[in-house]
Amino acid sequence: MEERVIEREFGELAINMGPQHPSTHGVFRLELHLRGETVVKVTPHIGYLHRGVEKLSETLEYDMLPPIYERDDYLSPTANSLAFVLAVEKLAGIEVPRRANYLRVITAELQRLASHLVWLGTFGLDLGGALGGGSTLFLYCFRERERIMDLMEALTGTRFHTNMNQIGGVRYDVYDGFDRDVFKTLDYLETRISEYKEMLENNPIFLERTKDVGIVPQELAKEVGASGPVLRASGVPYDIRKNKPYSAYQEFNFQVPVGNKGDVYDRYTVRLKEMKESLSIVRQSLGGLPEGPIHSRKPVKTPSLFKPPKGEAYAAVESPRGELGVFLVSDGSSKPYRVKVRSPSFSNIAIIPHILPGHLVADTVSILGSLDPVFGDVDR
Amino acid sequence: MTFAESVSHGAILLGAIIGVVTYLTWVERKFSGRLQSRIGPYLVGRPHGWLQPIADALKLLSKEDITPAKTDRFLFNLAPIWVVVMSLLGFAFLPLTINWVLVNIDLGLLYFSAIGSLIVIGVFIAGWASNNKYALLSALRAAAQMVAYEVPLLLSLLVPAVLAGSLNFQDIILAQERIWFILFPVVGQISGITFLLAALAEGNRIPFDLSEAESELVAGFNIEYSGMKFAYFYLGEYVHLLAVSILVSILFLGGPLGPLLSGGVWIAFKTLIVFLIVLWIRWSFLRLRIDQMMMLNWKVLVPLTLGNLLLAGLWVSLSR
Repeated sequence: MEERVIEREFGELAINMGPQHPSTHGVFRLELHLRGETVVKVTPHIGYLHRGVEKLSETLEYDMLPPIYERDDYLSPTANSLAFVLAVEKLAGIEVPRRANYLRVITAELQRLASHLVWLGTFGLDLGGALGGGSTLFLYCFRERERIMDLMEALTGTRFHTNMNQIGGVRYDVYDGFDRDVFKTLDYLETRISEYKEMLENNPIFLERTKDVGIVPQELAKEVGASGPVLRASGVPYDIRKNKPYSAYQEFNFQVPVGNKGDVYDRYTVRLKEMKESLSIVRQSLGGLPEGPIHSRKPVKTPSLFKPPKGEAYAAVESPRGELGVFLVSDGSSKPYRVKVRSPSFSNIAIIPHILPGHLVADTVSILGSLDPVFGDVDR
Repeated sequence: MTFAESVSHGAILLGAIIGVVTYLTWVERKFSGRLQSRIGPYLVGRPHGWLQPIADALKLLSKEDITPAKTDRFLFNLAPIWVVVMSLLGFAFLPLTINWVLVNIDLGLLYFSAIGSLIVIGVFIAGWASNNKYALLSALRAAAQMVAYEVPLLLSLLVPAVLAGSLNFQDIILAQERIWFILFPVVGQISGITFLLAALAEGNRIPFDLSEAESELVAGFNIEYSGMKFAYFYLGEYVHLLAVSILVSILFLGGPLGPLLSGGVWIAFKTLIVFLIVLWIRWSFLRLRIDQMMMLNWKVLVPLTLGNLLLAGLWVSLSR
């Protein structure tokens, strides 16, 4: 009743966007206060997809956890398990064979491509709707992504939650002819990505909808702890693959694309350029794949025998969304004492209440889409 | 025509329109499927999904008819009927061959555009009566859009009328015996393209489907509608789209005029081409924002069509 009085007094319309809304990319609720169509105030509500992964970790043995972490950010599963596995390896001082590191890079980059393709497709949905040009872009992107899924299936037997990373190495080795399949797919993807780039960047409607919309200033991005393409689009060349290399990233030659303005268009270009860099990283790593074992530790039959020493460790990877870190505390038993996941989507969507006021409703969806949040990653 | 004749002709026309529109949805689904490297419907009525529209209609008819509790019942039920009736009414004035027209009046073009602009009232009623904030926003958008785009729509419609010297559809068709208006240098092309754009905006089609905007307003004015009432909105939209396609083929493409084949075949063929162009636009463009759409309208389309009308007037008065 009280709220209604406020609405009448200030001429504001309060609407709930989500948790069931086609453009909130999952279960996310934005409480929008509108004056006309202009957003004057916004309150984000999260937690609809909380699955208690961190608490669950305290009840399971280390070797059981990587598959569970893959379910966190469901668009780039290997990045999640990689972060966890790296933390455990740091804690227990396990050396990883060079071949395993290369294979980790290959799967991570292939999934970065897949994740960015999903992003581009759903971004099209945000701008164009499911009953129009947007869905065309969406379906094209998913068609390309399917090629990567096929590669993953051929490599691991699973399309998506590949369960590739395990403590001390990787679980699956490449088969004969894998590199040929990958190179073929990469060539295909390269032509397609250039095609979409041309299609979008010459489209006046796309430019109108993205340029100078949702500008994230550099200070704000740093203040909220944004990372990944969102931070880089604002002009900060921070990429964990370059700044604190893990696995084998220090051995590859690649650029870190940055934007200068930090608007939606910059975030789009940064992601598109990143896809090209990923293509080149996969090519390099597959071209120079070293021989040797793929794990330093035999796959365990009894996970409870693995007890890392007492202590704590933090390991971070550059997931498609940004800095994905796992902080691990061990009390010397076979189960973690505490696990904390620093998820990139959580920090990235903290930008929303700062930049949304003053924009129109239509921009709300394009800004939210350009931040590329995954709510499995936000809520964990 | 006697009264009995008009009634029977009207009934035939009504049945034909509904049938054609039902199958136009199939055309759209197949076309968009191919465009998006999908197959489209294929299961019901193998191998090409010929029976899909029938199955869709049956599904919509058998769905529960829900009227949400806090709606304005009368208006809520009126809106879909209004939309369908108003879109169907326009057909009364459209000639489908040179001689076959239900109501042949000298002000055909004026009547058609007048009735076309009444559709938005149904949309507005739906948005208001639904008692839903998304629907309300959508209704306001629809109203703003309609007021804006009526201006270039009419201004570009007037060009064929000026060139033909009449508002009667038959006269306009006959005036194109020498040259189709779309081939008329400069004037014809500008008015043809602006008319198509404005008609897209009027019919809530992408890139101007702001009042539907399912990625922002979920489904806009029809958010609370289900079953057959929802289908009525779609029926209205497609009937209007068909009418606009026929109108384009009459005003700019010579309508039933053409060699060898009969007038009915020609107009059907031209209408299908226009319809497919509209679909092509729909499935390849993103949506504009409301302010950008208004900008396009008032700063580009209105001056352009106004100048174009002036040009057409000059042409006619000088060539006389």
